[in-house]
Amino acid sequence: MNVKFSPEELSKIPDQQGHFGQYGGRFVSETLMASLLELEQQYERLCQDARFQEEFDQDLADYVGRPSPLYFAERLTEQVGGAKIYLKREDLNHTGAHKVNNTIGQALLAKYLRKPRIIAETGAGQHGVASATVAARLGLECVVFMGEEDVKRQALNVYRMKLLGATVRPVSSGTKTLKDAMNEALRDWVTNVDNTFYIIGTIAGPHPYPKLVRDFQSVIGRETKLQCMEKEGRLPDALVACVGGGSNAIGLFYPFIGDRDVAMYGVEAGGHGIDTGQHAAPLCAGRPGVLHGNRTYLMEDDNGQISPTHSISAGLDYPGVGPEHAWLKDSGRAEYVAATDEEALDAFHKLTRIEGIMPALESSHAVAYAMKLARQMDRDQVIVINLSGRGDKDIHTVASLQGIELF
Amino acid sequence: MSRIKSYLDNLGEQGKKALIPYITAGDPHPQHTVSLMHALVEAGADIIELGVPFSDPMADGPVIQLACERALVHGTSLSQVLEMVAEFRNTNQSTPIVLMGYLNPVEAMGVENFIQRAKQAGLDGVLIVDLPAEEAASYVPALRREGLDCIFLIAPTTTDERIQTAVTYASGYIYYVSFKGVTGANSLDVQDVSNHLQRIRAKTDMPVGVGFGIKDAESAAAVSAVADGVIVGSALVNTIASNAEEPATMLDEIGRIARGMREAMDAKSAR
Repeated sequence: MNVKFSPEELSKIPDQQGHFGQYGGRFVSETLMASLLELEQQYERLCQDARFQEEFDQDLADYVGRPSPLYFAERLTEQVGGAKIYLKREDLNHTGAHKVNNTIGQALLAKYLRKPRIIAETGAGQHGVASATVAARLGLECVVFMGEEDVKRQALNVYRMKLLGATVRPVSSGTKTLKDAMNEALRDWVTNVDNTFYIIGTIAGPHPYPKLVRDFQSVIGRETKLQCMEKEGRLPDALVACVGGGSNAIGLFYPFIGDRDVAMYGVEAGGHGIDTGQHAAPLCAGRPGVLHGNRTYLMEDDNGQISPTHSISAGLDYPGVGPEHAWLKDSGRAEYVAATDEEALDAFHKLTRIEGIMPALESSHAVAYAMKLARQMDRDQVIVINLSGRGDKDIHTVASLQGIELF
Repeated sequence: MSRIKSYLDNLGEQGKKALIPYITAGDPHPQHTVSLMHALVEAGADIIELGVPFSDPMADGPVIQLACERALVHGTSLSQVLEMVAEFRNTNQSTPIVLMGYLNPVEAMGVENFIQRAKQAGLDGVLIVDLPAEEAASYVPALRREGLDCIFLIAPTTTDERIQTAVTYASGYIYYVSFKGVTGANSLDVQDVSNHLQRIRAKTDMPVGVGFGIKDAESAAAVSAVADGVIVGSALVNTIASNAEEPATMLDEIGRIARGMREAMDAKSAR
């Protein structure tokens, strides 16, 4: 890791038009441009507004339950035999994942922009649940778009969203997964742009979304920095986070980008294995293209059509990735690797049995790679894994993989 | 002078409005696309917008989404779409053709490669739906250099400032999106369209075509009273879909609808 960025360089990422190097930008139909420009302007204004920032911080503390703990996984560390493994416990947040940090922020934006209706796309359902939750709290109408396939895979979260008063719209176009849910949400937004705020769940999409989602999520990395200094008296040697769209990873990474000695590893969904083609790892095995309003690494065929993806975890089952990760990859500042379904499942069981912490299948990818990495590191070195979500929602999937019928 | 400009200038001198049909290339099967294009011209189409199917057509409603899916089942690629243009040009050198689609297939082909092949095929213009003026700076000069017109969208929400930017980059004609929504929706308000066209005409002399929400001869005629061109897509694509199994009927029906629009528009402008 010899890449070093000055604070001045970092302050220009993204630039005024939302470009992270050659990535990002604003590739949308003209119908959406006015709303995006308005959102950008209002967001920049609210960034300077002490009242808004205070309200955001207060909500993170009292409603989400922040700061989330940085937990030393002692037994896991012993069993793996290598670097000390810490878990950043985003699974302990209200609603069970890091997603809520962002939905709190964007729902506040909706409130300040006086939009009575919010929409969201969701894959695993965590972002949908987090959106439905903040909508309930602020009394906003909420519509969540979810691929038909995911509706089936994540029945529990679908019901949770309904309990919270949200309308879940199954999306039957294309591959019936997260990318199609996002297409449908964008179509809804174009149509109802006057009264609707679109809460994008990850750091993808057109500018200013990748920036504002990063800003809301980077509380994860800021806390980690302080907590690691407190516990270890120094910064960690390595950060590990799973990457679908990449919002939990950027949340952890972003405050450390300027710290050149902190290595950063993003773990993509290797599915059945990168060489099978059945995976969701655009940074490992894709190429740059344009989808959902930004330029980034994509899984696509030779004709530029977006390829179907596969992952055991619905939340990583996405053919693109946030443009900031594309930039971090090309610049060499972060490294992107993959963990297969099998490795993730193994990590799910290990963490559950060894630490009594059941990780989401998404986060299990990070755990899987971190265990490999820790083995190659010294015992006095420190790894922080972003445990981005809890695994309750995945119990059904895990059970059915073991041939067990729950209910 | 580009084929689009000379064609539209000529039409304007005759006091006629342009009928600009859209179909998705490869829908319902690649073998029908060129015949459909010829049928549209025979029925009175002035410019053809040929859609390049994309797996994730974010700005399109269900009708064109399904058209893309049908075309992609047969593997219709940008490369094949350009071959269709070339085939059409074998027997028709006068009707301008505009490719309409999303950026990613163009980038996958390589922008320079695309431009060279498009020119060889006899293409006249390009409308990339997810390429607003802000991101277009690196594409437009290369396209224009080879004589390809760049059509840009302007929406009801577009500010005067951004209209100015768009008309700076645009050539051929302006595509005004008649309402907030996706293709195929239903909420056309001709008076509102007329008001917005005044804002555009204050910035440019370029002809303005209006699309989204035009579904029959009546609405085509109503829009032609205020616009320079009428763009119709989902209504035709629907007809293609419902006659996909009967190619002969499909061609007849498409011709009948386009002819009905043509006649209604001409009757309106003759008044």
